[in-house]
Amino acid sequence: MGYPAEYKYTKEHEWISVDGTVGSVGITDYAQSSLGDIVFVELPKVGDALEAGKIFGSIESVKSVSDLYSPVSGSVTAVNETLDGAPETINADANTTWIMKLELTDPSAVNALLSAADYEAFISEETGH
Amino acid sequence: MAETAELRKTALNQTHRSHKAKMVDFGGWDMPVEYSGLIAEHMAVRTGVGVFDVSHMGDIQLRGPGSLAAVQKLLMNDASKLQIGQAHYSAMLYENGTFVDDVVLHKLSENDYLIVINAGTREKDVQWVRKQIGHMPGVHINDFSDYYTQLAIQGPKAAETLAKLTTTDLSTIKNYWFTWGQVCGIHNVMIARTGYTGEDGFEIYIPSDEPTSSRVWGEVLAAGAEFGIIPCGLGSRNTLRLESAMALYGHEISETINVLEAGLGRYAKIDPVANPDKGDFVGRDALVAVQEAGGAKRKLVGLEMLERGIGRDGYPVFTVGGERIGEVTSGSPGPFIKKNIAMAYVPVQYAGVDEVVAVEIRGQLVKAKVVPLPFYKKPKKVVAAPQG
Repeated sequence: MGYPAEYKYTKEHEWISVDGTVGSVGITDYAQSSLGDIVFVELPKVGDALEAGKIFGSIESVKSVSDLYSPVSGSVTAVNETLDGAPETINADANTTWIMKLELTDPSAVNALLSAADYEAFISEETGH
Repeated sequence: MAETAELRKTALNQTHRSHKAKMVDFGGWDMPVEYSGLIAEHMAVRTGVGVFDVSHMGDIQLRGPGSLAAVQKLLMNDASKLQIGQAHYSAMLYENGTFVDDVVLHKLSENDYLIVINAGTREKDVQWVRKQIGHMPGVHINDFSDYYTQLAIQGPKAAETLAKLTTTDLSTIKNYWFTWGQVCGIHNVMIARTGYTGEDGFEIYIPSDEPTSSRVWGEVLAAGAEFGIIPCGLGSRNTLRLESAMALYGHEISETINVLEAGLGRYAKIDPVANPDKGDFVGRDALVAVQEAGGAKRKLVGLEMLERGIGRDGYPVFTVGGERIGEVTSGSPGPFIKKNIAMAYVPVQYAGVDEVVAVEIRGQLVKAKVVPLPFYKKPKKVVAAPQG
């Protein structure tokens, strides 16, 4: 499925897509594939103030549970409520299935995150291929 | 993850990798955890048919005029009850009544037994067998683990799938019986009506060379295509056995859990009146002592989560009042029963059905209810009413 070049990535396997001062956050295709069948996404609440690198929710598959980390600081403006009934949407298309949207505290902070190429290099290192 | 010791591989390793299975380290083995997806694989086995590579399982053969006496001392069940071609669930115990491993014992012939053991405990088991019975007269111990590729064909359509590949009339093989027959042109393949999924199914033991193994794997998939067969990994094998409340070594049974706690006392033949031919076995005295002291103090129970949350392996169990009483041994969503389920050890006073307890899930106490095991039972075969 690949990693869109216009997104930024974290070592915790989230992506963020920025439009003006709003960032959409999801998990990467590598993350969904590692998790396997996703059965639950614990979403943050609209209005939550999130700090970069802090836990904002969790994601559970049949096999395991993982924390979700906010790539940057900001306040939550929207959460993807369709994931309540259909969390498997992330398995089907991780790149376009956003989990939450953030009003960014500092839009330039995303520049410090990984590029698609950096992220791909990171996961190939992690998997040892 | 740092590379550690070289993982062991089954003869089908390349087949799994070339079919893009997701591979994991399972007890030192490089095994497929899932192919197309855990839930799809689980559902295929419940509603149609799936095939698993379980060649990592070990196989110890005991032969010779002393083999029955050796098996009787080594294992807790009564092997004198087995007929040729029959198998049963049993276990090797430590002196204190806890588990070295659980096994399936097959009586191949008079004075000839095959013990199928777990992969992760293989070396320990073989050493244990040699230590316990190696000195007994007239028994020859062989580790044949590497000689077999073991395939598990499981599900309500398993018999119809395998029937296309064998000349053996599978309807004559009852549950936990086996025979030898021609499978995929190979003579004298052991065909056992056994499995670890809670469904009808077969396990076949074929030669472990790579060409034969991959050929049979492919032929099973082709034969099951009309029933929607898919290759399955250890992930669905785990959720299938959990729904069916079958024990997994290192989880429900281990060297710190005794047979009576695990609820497997019916397989431990400690009563000389009911089992006059059994005699002593390793671990028997300890189990008798537990029984004489009033039975196990803790018990394996089934839990169904009452609130949002999945109680996973190792999560602590509390009373609703917040007193810690036990631990989850296995927990997961049940893909077929569509409930979040777990097995856990709790003191007997909390083990009654409908007792409400709490599982600590990531810092929060989440309510769960004790339910009868198994969580899932395969439907009884419906016999069609005669016409007219």
